[in-house]
Amino acid sequence: MTLVLDKLHIRYGAVDAVRGLSIEVGRAEIVGLIGPNGAGKSSTLNAIMGAAPVVGGQIRLDGVSLRGRRSEDVARAGVALVPEGRRIFAELTVEENLRLGLAARRSPGGMDSVLELFPMIADARRRQAGALSGGQQQQLAIARALVAEPDVLLLDEPSLGLAPRVVDVVFDALAAIRERGIAVLLVEQRAQRTVALADRSHVLSNGELRLTLGPADANDTDKLVAAYFA
Amino acid sequence: MSVSWQTLADALSLGGIYALMAVGIGLVFGVLRLVNFAYGQLVMAGAYAIAYASVWGWPSWAGILLCFAVVLALTMLLDRAVFRPLRTQSPAVMLVATFAVAFLMQSIAILAFGQLGTIASSVGPLNQPWDIGGVQIRKIAIVSIVVAAVCLALLQLLLLRTSVGLHMRAAAMDFRTARMLGIRANRVIGGAVLISGVLAAVSAVMLTARNPQVTPIFALDDTIVVLAGVVLGGLTRPVSATLGGFTIGFASGILGGALPTNQSQYLPTFLFAAVILVLLVRPNGLFLRGGGAAERL
Repeated sequence: MTLVLDKLHIRYGAVDAVRGLSIEVGRAEIVGLIGPNGAGKSSTLNAIMGAAPVVGGQIRLDGVSLRGRRSEDVARAGVALVPEGRRIFAELTVEENLRLGLAARRSPGGMDSVLELFPMIADARRRQAGALSGGQQQQLAIARALVAEPDVLLLDEPSLGLAPRVVDVVFDALAAIRERGIAVLLVEQRAQRTVALADRSHVLSNGELRLTLGPADANDTDKLVAAYFA
Repeated sequence: MSVSWQTLADALSLGGIYALMAVGIGLVFGVLRLVNFAYGQLVMAGAYAIAYASVWGWPSWAGILLCFAVVLALTMLLDRAVFRPLRTQSPAVMLVATFAVAFLMQSIAILAFGQLGTIASSVGPLNQPWDIGGVQIRKIAIVSIVVAAVCLALLQLLLLRTSVGLHMRAAAMDFRTARMLGIRANRVIGGAVLISGVLAAVSAVMLTARNPQVTPIFALDDTIVVLAGVVLGGLTRPVSATLGGFTIGFASGILGGALPTNQSQYLPTFLFAAVILVLLVRPNGLFLRGGGAAERL
């Protein structure tokens, strides 16, 4: 499965959030999307999910257009989003949150393979989701998305507000998710870690693609800083 | 103030019926952020169905079936013609739309059936008393309590034990995220509206049995009190809305029974003053923990 954004253009009223963005995410790949606040990273993910106004370009999953589809239809086509701020259902139990992920699943089955990745979630199944720590909630949000068995996983700043130790857990999980053959589009503020992990990382600024970096560029701080302020 | 067993049974019965109406209103609010002011007119339409079935000489069970058919047909029509096309509009637009629907239905009832009303005699026997241990209690009081308890228990089972119920609860908390997880908006909204219609039909049967004189303003006062109860309990969750409906119905029944006949006109004053006081102290509702409303669709 390959997700292709072709000359994507997103506009809120008179404001262009993203202009002519073309990127591709293939099976078992992690593609990073980094850049300063307001660069259009989250808008790109929301546009893929049918929740931001696309005024030009195309979004295709294995050649099939997703543009103009409702969020639930995009999810059922095999794209899962881990939204910014986790957006778990705090009043529901961990188990109920996970069951919600089944709504988009295209084939029957259990959740065991996902819970193997997040043993802490397996242990907390009966707890109220709102009672979990921030790191646990983030793991739950990723697990909930994976329960749908998506072909493409979109993550919007999964390390935001987490302790360094928990960030390690999240990035380790992303590497494991890639090994399972899932295409991952990762929006992050931790540029260096993202560049090091991803197969390639695109730097967005003012809604436009400025630069594409590979893992070898992770330690080239000058290049990263220059790309951010381009 | 002394409260008789009859008053207590009547208050529990009214609380049960109002709880059903409240959960019907609360379920739709949960998924659409829409306060359906036309809910009372759906109940009124169901009451007319029972009344006319009675006039035509139909047995009471056939009248009740007709009531369900009429209320459910109108509910689905309302969903297709008003709720769905307007669901992305602001809450104010949707509220005004339901006001318009309410007055339209009331006007149609006046034109079609007249102001004077029709008697639903087929359900009259439910108003006769049962002698329970020397205490005279109206059959409808007992029936309402049992029916409300069964309906609420079934609803609770649906919400807590089924996927559809889980999707409805999630949608009521955060519809945007629920949709991004693949939960179908139309199915969840349709389900909530349908259940709300069933509860309106059940309420219509119970209220008609309590008061067989069906007029175009039938259930209007009840709906206003229930809406106050829903806000009092907490609008954003079905359980809090239900408890709010029950509380205001029960309080209304107790106060109505306890007040001397020559002071009964003060009942709404006491009731709504209490509602305002409670909301000043707990603006999110009596039975809702924590914060504000969930995100709109």
